[in-house]
Amino acid sequence: MNTVAIDTAPAEPRKFLCLEEAHPHNGTLLGFWLYLMSDCFIFASLFACNAVLGTSYAGGPSGHDVFDLTGLAVNTALLLISSVTFGFAMLEMARQRKRAMLGWLAVSGLLAAVFVGLEIHEFVTMIAEGAGPGRSAFLSSFFTLVGTHGLHVTVGILWLIVLMVQLGKHGLTEANRRRLFCLSMFWHFLDLVWIGVFSYVYLVGVLR
Amino acid sequence: MPDRPAIWNFLLGRLSLSSLPLDNTIVVWTFVAVALGGAALMAMITYYKKWGYLWHEWFTSVDHKRLGVMYMVLGTVMLFRGFADAIMMRSQQAVAFGSNMGYLPPHHYDQIFTAHGAIMIFFVAMPYIAGFMNFVMPLQIGARDVAFPFLNNFSFWLTVSGVVLFMTSLFIGDFSHAGWLGMPPVSELKQSPGPGVDYYIWGLQLSGLGTLLTGINFVVTVIKMRAPGMTLMKMPMFTWTTLCTSGLIVVTFPILTATLFLLSLDRYIGTHFFTSGFGGNVMMYVNLIWVWGHPEVYILILPMFGLYSEIVPTFSGKRLFGYSSMVYATASIMILSYLVWLHHFFTMGSGADVNSFFALTTMLISIPTGAKIFNWLFTMYRGRVRFTVPMLWTMGFLFTFTIGGMTGVMLSVAPADFLLHNSLFLVAHFHNVIIGGVVFGVFAGINYWFPKAFGFRLDEFWGKLSFWFWQIGFWVAFGPLYVLGLMGVTRRLSHFTDPSLQIWFIIAAFGAFLILLGILSFVMQIYVSIRHRDRLAVGSDPWDARTLEWSTSSPPPPYNFAFIPIVHDRDTWTDMKKHGYQRPMEGFNAIHMPKNTGTGVVLAALGTVFGFAMVWYIWWLAVVSFVALIAVAIVHTFNYDRDSHLSAEEVSQFEHNGNWEPKAQGATA
Amino acid sequence: MSVKRLRGLLLLLPALMLSGCNLVLLNPAGDVARQQSDLMIASVILMSLIIVPVLIAIGIIAWRYRASNVRADYDADWDHSTKLELVVWAAPLLIIVMLGAMTWIGTHQLDPYRPLTRISEGHPAAANTQPLEVEVVSLDWKWLFFYPKYGIATVNELAAPVDMPIHFKLTSTTMMNSFFIPSLAGQIYTMPGMQTVLHAVINKPGSYRGFSSNYSGHGFTDMRFRFLGMSQHDFSQWVAKVRAGGNDLDRQAFDQLNKPSRAVPVHYYAHFDADLYHHILNRCVDPGQMCMDKMMAIDANGGRAAHGNASDKAMSGNPSMTAPAHDAAAH
Repeated sequence: MNTVAIDTAPAEPRKFLCLEEAHPHNGTLLGFWLYLMSDCFIFASLFACNAVLGTSYAGGPSGHDVFDLTGLAVNTALLLISSVTFGFAMLEMARQRKRAMLGWLAVSGLLAAVFVGLEIHEFVTMIAEGAGPGRSAFLSSFFTLVGTHGLHVTVGILWLIVLMVQLGKHGLTEANRRRLFCLSMFWHFLDLVWIGVFSYVYLVGVLR
Repeated sequence: MPDRPAIWNFLLGRLSLSSLPLDNTIVVWTFVAVALGGAALMAMITYYKKWGYLWHEWFTSVDHKRLGVMYMVLGTVMLFRGFADAIMMRSQQAVAFGSNMGYLPPHHYDQIFTAHGAIMIFFVAMPYIAGFMNFVMPLQIGARDVAFPFLNNFSFWLTVSGVVLFMTSLFIGDFSHAGWLGMPPVSELKQSPGPGVDYYIWGLQLSGLGTLLTGINFVVTVIKMRAPGMTLMKMPMFTWTTLCTSGLIVVTFPILTATLFLLSLDRYIGTHFFTSGFGGNVMMYVNLIWVWGHPEVYILILPMFGLYSEIVPTFSGKRLFGYSSMVYATASIMILSYLVWLHHFFTMGSGADVNSFFALTTMLISIPTGAKIFNWLFTMYRGRVRFTVPMLWTMGFLFTFTIGGMTGVMLSVAPADFLLHNSLFLVAHFHNVIIGGVVFGVFAGINYWFPKAFGFRLDEFWGKLSFWFWQIGFWVAFGPLYVLGLMGVTRRLSHFTDPSLQIWFIIAAFGAFLILLGILSFVMQIYVSIRHRDRLAVGSDPWDARTLEWSTSSPPPPYNFAFIPIVHDRDTWTDMKKHGYQRPMEGFNAIHMPKNTGTGVVLAALGTVFGFAMVWYIWWLAVVSFVALIAVAIVHTFNYDRDSHLSAEEVSQFEHNGNWEPKAQGATA
Repeated sequence: MSVKRLRGLLLLLPALMLSGCNLVLLNPAGDVARQQSDLMIASVILMSLIIVPVLIAIGIIAWRYRASNVRADYDADWDHSTKLELVVWAAPLLIIVMLGAMTWIGTHQLDPYRPLTRISEGHPAAANTQPLEVEVVSLDWKWLFFYPKYGIATVNELAAPVDMPIHFKLTSTTMMNSFFIPSLAGQIYTMPGMQTVLHAVINKPGSYRGFSSNYSGHGFTDMRFRFLGMSQHDFSQWVAKVRAGGNDLDRQAFDQLNKPSRAVPVHYYAHFDADLYHHILNRCVDPGQMCMDKMMAIDANGGRAAHGNASDKAMSGNPSMTAPAHDAAAH
């Protein structure tokens, strides 16, 4: 019990204050991690909707009709590889090699951009076929979940560009390294979500 | 879209002159009053040349104490708005019997109860708890500020954005009439084609983002920034509840965001999440919104539990009884609150097993809550209880909340809920716990921490008057609603046929009038206290309190503590006083503090414009404001120079000139 | 102390007035509501075991340990007692265990989907009784009741013989409403495209209030109906009266009725289209709509592809505006 301390008060006077200025802990990584967890709940809600509405085709097309698994495989590969290249960028950052790091970042960004491009193409094709988000609850949930992920990737690309400019300008300062760590978490997080989308929305969607 | 040249539809979307509710006299007069009041306020600020002061010292401030105070002001302003709605409903229900249709037609009445609920929860209760957490928690843990001071400022202004959109709906267009949770099908485009639901959605999306950022901010602050020696089990109870509430915010507010996002997709691009046709499922909205909605009420009540846990020991002159069981109770309430959402719709036909499960989890919550009540009781036991104004509110809470808890457990008995669901009994119950728990806590907290924020105490007479008006007014207003509920009267009715009910509604309206007197007494209390601030002046520790916030001057300096304290005991300040702590007068160090910034204001203003544009389908403006929003955010990240610097001399100045000793007679009773 | 006096007055006031009002939830006329009400009262009594002592203790402790009472003992550091804390947690736990058991049993016994096993206390339902079937539809903003066995339908008036189990099937056209007759049984939601079920029985003849208790838009306030509990003989006469005074509820009449309207007076239909309730439930009263049960059957078989190209035609044009395919088979 904490109360015990009172009965056995120490002989020498207690130290009540830190007389030196200490460097405060930086909470950015923890904070960003918490943000990702909260984002997880957004995706969880969207996944839940997909689970509930995934077979409500309203007499319209099902996943089997509209999903293009070849394109999907390419897309998934692109995103996973971009995660790997981002990992290389982080390794280069640890070695303080700015140019190589920027190079790997650019590759990651490009791969993600192609991913987004292919996804937009998929959406446009589906809408042209009459399988738009307004056709059925199943398609509403599909477009929303996949679209929200795509939106996140787009934001990631934008962030990546901004950060590359900042890295170019200020170099690998502490603040920039921290930002890069955050973006790296974001990037891998989106990969993780995509694995869920890929396996649950697409694969299960085709099978059921 | 209105019938007019296409260019106007492009420029103004669906906004037109007919969007102004000029035919509604109540709204017109409200507008005149608000406009005149606003103009007078602006004129006064201009006349006294206070704009610069407000901008530099308050609006752009990243100081958690200033933000805390601004949150409290915002909550109070919105309390007036929400209460005006309440008075209108009570008076309508008191007169609208038989051939008398009252003065509010259904389409207006429905907006009022929607606005009342949404405003009271999102823009009264939430700002109040955010205000307390902001002001108190960093001081209690011996920190200089929160983890992300800029985000803190941004969060506040996002909340203001929501308020602005809600208030705009009063004068341009109309507000949602779909109830405070915006339930489809009523909130779907087909049933609510007007801008009301869109105001509701965008107002909540903006303020909800702010709340989420606050939650993240405070979790990190508590985890990372506690003074040395303050282990988790030495944290003050209020800090514990702040941590739990912030944690709940992080895991629930995204669900609100997602749910409203889906509703807006239904309304804007014609998806079918919650529609009746095309495979949509309205029950999913009901589930999702309550998965957020139930934890939300614990987000509100937990900080209040913490606040009472500070007030009771202070005014009992005694350590908090059963600290660790309080901590575990708080944590288990936090977890359980996530597992009970279905009790809001037992009557949807989920089946007996599901209903029983959620009934039992709901009842379980009463165990830790009951333990808390006992712990407060045993804290007073063998104490020396001083019945100051904060303590009076706390006593009022103990009585009122215990009864509200009991009616809550009644409602959790699923078969009984089939009778009581949606009745006025339910309305009485949740006002019983929210007024008895949250509102009483807000007033207890304001009276308790006001001297810390401003260096003078609040007037006792008007404080006690306010308390008695509220306490009696509450029972007179909501006792009849319990009775009416048992008479089988349901909620949200704007007109009645059975004349035998009228007497109860008249009594309830009288109760609301008493509460009005309570609110006016509170305003009077603030006014009188400011007038007599010299007589009411106090020092750093007017209540002989126990936690760290009372160890610094009143008001605290911008950096809170010249030296970061070292914590040895839970009641840190009591421990320091007991062991002969002497305030150092020399040897100060320079201190780094975050710089003030106007970025939060700008971002939130752009967010408001974006929301308004979306509500009225002004697409070009939506695009422009959204792009501007992103641009400003990006530009902000290019600013690496965010610290300012207080020299050792400045710190010394603050420490010597700060308000430490009572200037007049002390307040300690 | 004024606290207590005021509280006493407050408690006295309702007690005086209660004598003159009808607390229907505490004294309902239907067996299901009666049991639900009994459970509610039992829960209050059970909780009072702990709530009342706590309320009294709050007053006593606060008064006894007031600062001015220097004779009371004072121990600033007394903050823990394992025994007391055990009590503090165990006492509510015990109450909740009992209440939980009651609730679990009650929730299962009074499940609205479960056919009645008793008519009233001590009178089990006879094994061979056929319950009265009633199909309920909440419209904007009135109630429509079908009596399939009698071939009649009514608006805003419902009747049933006393002591005869009633089996309600409920749905809604657009809004979510809640079907509630406080004297009869607990409420149940009505939702578009879905069917809920309620079993109930009325034990005393009389005229009772029924209404929607879930807000459903501007006409919600007037969504009231009368529920008449009658002897078997009176009920037969009532059926005859409906038959005699009513007209036909065909699709046109239903479309007319389905238009949003408020405070609709009671009226009767002597005859209705046999599949009307089914079509309302499956949202295909309009002949252009595919019935939901059919659509769900297609969906369950894997959607459009499995069903051939019958519905492809409807897919052309603006996709978000496309209506589901025509339901040719149903006509």
